[in-house]
Amino acid sequence: MIHAEPPPQTTLQALTAPPQYRPRTRRWSDVAEFLGAALASGALVWLVFERLLPYDVHVVGFGLCWYALFLLTYSLVVRDGHGRVVAADRIMAVLVGTGALAAFAPIVAVIGYVAYRGAKVVRPTFFTENLEVTGPLSAATEGGAVHSIIGTLEQLAIATVISVPLGVLTAVYLSEVRGRLTRPTRLVTDAMTALPSIVAGLFIYSLLILQFGWGFSGFAGSLALAVLMLPTVTIAAEQVLRVVPGGLREASLALGAPHWRTVLSVVLPTARAGLSTAVILGMARVVGETAPMLLTAFGTTTTNGNPLNGIQDDLPLFVYTQIRSSQNTQVQRAWAGALVLLALVLALFVLARLLGGSRPGGRRRASRRPAHARPKDRQPTKRADRS
Amino acid sequence: MNNADPTRTKPLASPPDGPVRSRGGTLTASQVSAWFGASKVLEGVDLEMGAGRVTALIGPSGCGKSTFLRILNRMHELVPSASLAGSVLLDGQDIYGTSLRVTQVRRRIGMVFQKPNPFPAMSIADNVAAGLKLTGTRAANRTELIEESLSRAGLWNEVKGRLRDPAGGLSGGQQQRLCIARSLTVRPDVLLMDEPCSALDPTSTRRIEETIGELREQVTIVIVTHNMQQAQRVSQRCAFFLAAENEPGRVVESGPTSTIFDSPRDARTSDYVHGRFG
Repeated sequence: MIHAEPPPQTTLQALTAPPQYRPRTRRWSDVAEFLGAALASGALVWLVFERLLPYDVHVVGFGLCWYALFLLTYSLVVRDGHGRVVAADRIMAVLVGTGALAAFAPIVAVIGYVAYRGAKVVRPTFFTENLEVTGPLSAATEGGAVHSIIGTLEQLAIATVISVPLGVLTAVYLSEVRGRLTRPTRLVTDAMTALPSIVAGLFIYSLLILQFGWGFSGFAGSLALAVLMLPTVTIAAEQVLRVVPGGLREASLALGAPHWRTVLSVVLPTARAGLSTAVILGMARVVGETAPMLLTAFGTTTTNGNPLNGIQDDLPLFVYTQIRSSQNTQVQRAWAGALVLLALVLALFVLARLLGGSRPGGRRRASRRPAHARPKDRQPTKRADRS
Repeated sequence: MNNADPTRTKPLASPPDGPVRSRGGTLTASQVSAWFGASKVLEGVDLEMGAGRVTALIGPSGCGKSTFLRILNRMHELVPSASLAGSVLLDGQDIYGTSLRVTQVRRRIGMVFQKPNPFPAMSIADNVAAGLKLTGTRAANRTELIEESLSRAGLWNEVKGRLRDPAGGLSGGQQQRLCIARSLTVRPDVLLMDEPCSALDPTSTRRIEETIGELREQVTIVIVTHNMQQAQRVSQRCAFFLAAENEPGRVVESGPTSTIFDSPRDARTSDYVHGRFG
């Protein structure tokens, strides 16, 4: 067999070789058209609203009119220069970009506002103290939410421990076993996602707290959360299991593996990263629940580390009780609680990603793409692009 | 899987702990027909696939070759609407009979698929040893077994330095040889290959054909291929499948590869192997 050697690179060749470049898709004139259209339409709207109309127009109205007029101007400009097809392409690009911005902006606004309001009050003591001796007239920086943080962590952990195995098992039944109960199970699961959270709280309240006389406890709250988490985890996990290639199941069965072994050793590990996302989705579904917790964990100002006995607080309840106060200091504390809740959720997400994404001896998701479609030096290229 | 299973009439030709002693098993299909739902896709196939030989199944697309191959290790029944008739004997034992469990059958009759399908969540070494784990077999000499299987599949020299790397990082041809190695670890008597080279480049194809040639002494091989030259190069016996329009596939002719290619009895075989249709 002949191995083709790459031709030796001489200095002369290196000198005469054409320079390396990336094809440019955007020209200066394109940018100029965009900016020109934006400026022209803005100027026109300003002229009409500020100089011609006898009354003031709200800034939102100004923006909307500007946007509409910009679309019109831009399409006319591009159409004049490049024709109808290019104009349609550019307008669609602008609309799609607007959509992306519209989805992105509220999230940034919410997180930004919570961080702005919360950061003013959060002190280290916020994580070490509770509200046992903090009255309505105490300063906002006094007291803390350690009792709520403990409660949230414990309740979320218990709910996850209950609902994730159940949800994954249900997903395995729906996607791998497919018995006679598949259709009814999927129907009930889908319907359960629409279950109002207060109903889940009422269910636990009426059954366990009133009927069995358990009393309020963090565990009762966890059960309500588990009820809410279960359908989310199930549906997400089922979607993930469905995208595991059928060829892997066949390969395993063809080796003589029983069905259960195939699911346990091939299907579930392959879907591992996706399953961790399912867990994240489930946790995200319930971490901010307030209504069912009012009926189950009840809420308190003292630290109770035992979820099985006695009333317990959590961060949503902390925010809820503080923000309803007429005292500005307590409202400020509520924002601090909201900020801690956001940070906690972020930390849990990162943790779940790290646990679910890393494999023994495997790069994350490296094997998802077929070998022939994967650039050999993927990692370095990506880094080079970013810098 | 239980090695002391009293229902087994014949022990594994070579248990995972010992050296390779097997020369493969003989598969005998008689009057095999197959259906998907109400449509019949295969009718009355009689074929003997002898030990120590490579049997090639050739024929145009949709003539039932792959269905027949999947009947040989009971993968056919994974399709919910599938049914079949006839019998398949492995060394005289009915693989659809009650004396063998389906997992035992598949363990003794391995399969390599058209598309390379290594387990992406496992390293190269774990992929090779997957058959042991998946069938619940304990092997004291796991490391040697991995090396042996990779060597038999002709992949050892290329991957010996990176056994812990994920299998997805290998090239297509290497992945396919990894799948062959994976099938060999459970010491099958028969290896079924469903167009193993159709997704590969010529160099990888040649490498796999060499592998098939080396394995022939140890395992019975049945290979489905669309490539006439490949059938000529690797096989000793050949069976030509053909399905007329709206009719189930049948074996038109079978026999030594040289006969099928040089002096076929049936005019349709002659037309097909000389590329005049299909």
